[in-house]
Amino acid sequence: MTAPLTTEPLFTLGPVSISAPVVVTWALMALLLAGSVLATRRLALKPSTLQAALEMVVETIDGQIRDIMQAEPGPYRAFIGTLFIYILLANWSSLMPGVEPPTAHLETDAALALLVFLAVILFGIRANGPLGYLKSFAAPTVLMIPLNLVETITRSLSLVVRLFGNVMSGVFVIGIVLSLAGLFVPIPLMALDLLTGAVQAYIFAVLAAVFIAGTISEGRPDAAENLQTSERKTP
Amino acid sequence: MNWLAFASILGAALAVSFGAIGPALAEGRAVASALDAIARQPEAASTISRTLFVGLAMIETTAIYCLVVALLLLFANPFV
Repeated sequence: MTAPLTTEPLFTLGPVSISAPVVVTWALMALLLAGSVLATRRLALKPSTLQAALEMVVETIDGQIRDIMQAEPGPYRAFIGTLFIYILLANWSSLMPGVEPPTAHLETDAALALLVFLAVILFGIRANGPLGYLKSFAAPTVLMIPLNLVETITRSLSLVVRLFGNVMSGVFVIGIVLSLAGLFVPIPLMALDLLTGAVQAYIFAVLAAVFIAGTISEGRPDAAENLQTSERKTP
Repeated sequence: MNWLAFASILGAALAVSFGAIGPALAEGRAVASALDAIARQPEAASTISRTLFVGLAMIETTAIYCLVVALLLLFANPFV
């Protein structure tokens, strides 16, 4: 059994050495891309079974985003939906024999968290402008600037460690049990691993949505005052 | 017997065992409160369980940190 924190190079492509998680990631990307292109090639007003199932998936993701962010899901659907579906597939790719989930390696998780980090900045700037985004660090008071800056880093770091720790510990435990006891013993653990993988994919996507929503709503000018006035108006 | 390796293994075991206590108690409390809330208001079950999942993930992170520290000590120890 190899140590969980190291990555062995699988083959070298010129000066770049390619490891197994990268190959699995490419395969998943190709699968998702080809699947989406093939499935959405013939969209009709009267949906086929496949199209109905896809619409259900998209509508579920839309509903979750609407609930969490309190905003129309249009601009965020692509990013958060792709994050969720990719991490779900990556976590469940351990079902295939010989494939180790790429999310069980620190590098993949770091890349995903970096995407979330950049997306928060991008969506914050797009919603409130550069000044509004910078102002979101001074919410609720100016005293919070250092804490907000630290939080921006630590929450990305905890995204990395959470996904990595959960998926890797699942793989690791199965490896240990497999080396101790033979044939059918690891199956319940694998089932638990599937559940953990689904929950972690969901949580990663939800936290990305929460971070984006938080940045957008904090940078909005006088968000708190607007809330108070609207509350006063409603009765 | 290499004392540094001994200390690393002991440190890893201590990190996981004591690091798991706090999150276990906290998760138990969180789930109990969520079940209480769902029993009172079954119509809010979806919102409560979503919040519960996110909260549990947050709490669990502390235990995962301990696990990662233990694995660092065991497999990527910079001093051994």
